[in-house]
Amino acid sequence: MTDFLQLLIAGIATGSIYALAAIGFTLLWQTSQTINFAQGEFVMVPAFFALAGMSALGMPFGIAAVFSIACALAILGFAFKHVIVDPLLGQKGTLPLVISTIAFALLLKDGVKEFYSAEGQRFPTILPDTLYSVAGVKISLAQIGVLVVAVSTIMTLQWFLSGTRTGRQMQATAQNPTVARILGVDVERMVLYTFLINAGLAAVASLLISPIYLAKFTNGEVLGLTAFVAAIVGGFNQVRGAIVGGLIIGVLDNLAAAYVSSRYRLAVPLVLLVAIILFRPQGLLGRREERSV
Amino acid sequence: MKRPLAVAFLVAALVLAFIAPMWLGRYGNNIMSLWLVTTVAALGVNLIMGYAGQETLAQAGFMGVGAYTTALMIKGGTLSLPFAAAPVTLAWQPFSLITAMAASAVLTFLLGLVIGFPALRVQKHYLAFVTLAFSVLMWLVFRNEEWLTGGVFGIQDIPRPSVFGIEMSPSRRLPHRYTYFILISTVVLAAAMWWLVNSPWGRAFTALRENAVRAESLGVDVRQYTLLAFAIGSAYGGLAGALFAPLVEFIDPNPFTLEKSLLFLLMIVVGGIGHFIGPFIGAAIAVLLPLWIETFQSTLVAAGHTWAGHGSYILVYAVIVIATIAFMPRGIAGMVSSLLTPKRRPHADVKGPTLDGARP
Repeated sequence: MTDFLQLLIAGIATGSIYALAAIGFTLLWQTSQTINFAQGEFVMVPAFFALAGMSALGMPFGIAAVFSIACALAILGFAFKHVIVDPLLGQKGTLPLVISTIAFALLLKDGVKEFYSAEGQRFPTILPDTLYSVAGVKISLAQIGVLVVAVSTIMTLQWFLSGTRTGRQMQATAQNPTVARILGVDVERMVLYTFLINAGLAAVASLLISPIYLAKFTNGEVLGLTAFVAAIVGGFNQVRGAIVGGLIIGVLDNLAAAYVSSRYRLAVPLVLLVAIILFRPQGLLGRREERSV
Repeated sequence: MKRPLAVAFLVAALVLAFIAPMWLGRYGNNIMSLWLVTTVAALGVNLIMGYAGQETLAQAGFMGVGAYTTALMIKGGTLSLPFAAAPVTLAWQPFSLITAMAASAVLTFLLGLVIGFPALRVQKHYLAFVTLAFSVLMWLVFRNEEWLTGGVFGIQDIPRPSVFGIEMSPSRRLPHRYTYFILISTVVLAAAMWWLVNSPWGRAFTALRENAVRAESLGVDVRQYTLLAFAIGSAYGGLAGALFAPLVEFIDPNPFTLEKSLLFLLMIVVGGIGHFIGPFIGAAIAVLLPLWIETFQSTLVAAGHTWAGHGSYILVYAVIVIATIAFMPRGIAGMVSSLLTPKRRPHADVKGPTLDGARP
């Protein structure tokens, strides 16, 4: 039982990080119909911005973390929108954009491998790894740190989206860009904000997940797959859904690794994905959507 | 392109392809064989993306399934199943290459049906996610199931069995027989694909691509067509794997990673999506570009520019793809064909194949 509780807590901690990546993915899809197949790489790369900041520029971890988020906003948010996405919006359908994001994913992945390192890098945690024992259940301070940062990030985002004028304009853009434009919302600006928020969430997720998995250029494959599945499980166009999806995958992932086989923990998202598609294609919290043809 | 011109071009290309192995050396033959094998898999991706408008991120996975199936079948041997309660050992004599190819094709076709069926019931991009997950899972199976695949050590000493009584292993007089076998297989498979996309069955795709609503109202079962296209395209992946295993004589999980699957997608885009010739061009670039860049890099490094030692062809390739999509969305084949076609109607472009595929 204590084992189970420990796994559950570890699962919720990693799950909240998956949720961050899945929320960004969902927001992008909602506001700009961009299915970002580079989302996993978006979560992999910022850790290397921080590492580069620490090793090349000699920054302490705190400043390196801020530097990493700033780099992510500039490159994965602003530049990604203007260089990769915008030129393709005039084209028919979503396939060009999908392929372009896949190419961008390969570019990021190989860029890290060739110009930083192909080896997994140790990454500092926000809080030290000291263990506390509560009624026999061991919890590390690092896990608590992850949970606090992830939860407060998500709550800030929720407050921003529903409590501020800009946030509500973003929601309007996501629901119906045409009507939003008629009502005087600066749709272009809102779309840009979405890209920036996605990059910021990915950077936070990156800083949180890298101490757990080591920072490695191949991390994006797993993280991307997890984020997509979390988004689909939750119901593709729901921020709440992405949170639930991320938590479910995090918990199942940890339980499966312990009780089934750690070699096949990657199969968990696949099984979940197929189950959702077969039994509840609109996702756990999603509404049924009209199929386009 | 005018018909006689196209026929002349085809004949010239075939003659050239059949002469080439004789004066290409051992290395050249390897490159050519690799190009042909890649083309076969890419033909499948083109059917799935260019004609059925779906994204597949698992072609290398299917290729792996075909390669391992063929390697195990033509090698012969024993397998002990690890999960049976009582130890069960299978033993078999080596199968012929043609049987192994057929088995690989059937297996990958069925796998395609099984993973395509649930995905195509729902929204458009779900097939991409399911194939992505499948690709990762297959790689895990190749790497972890040592009793079957040899794990990271792979399967070694894969033979080149004789086909219809003709030896495939190199002899002094005819060192490149296997290249010819791959070439003939590619020509047959490409012809089958040509027939497929120009048959009434394949014409339905053109209808889908141009106006899905109208096609459906005319009785085209969109879902069934898309599923079959995905399964057939995946079977081409399996066949490519079946040709690949005896070619390289040693397989391990490395050629079948997710990244390789993504590269298949990208080579179709560069070659010209939805164009019949697209996969041939795309595969040629995908095979040759790494070699060129490596040569170029080593020249630069030898000249003292050590910075050039960094960076792989994938970086260059990714930039090429991003630029292609932005500035030349119909790929090299699309550009060439629009240069060759006299512009009679200003709106002719709209009817042509675009990156978008079937469903707007």
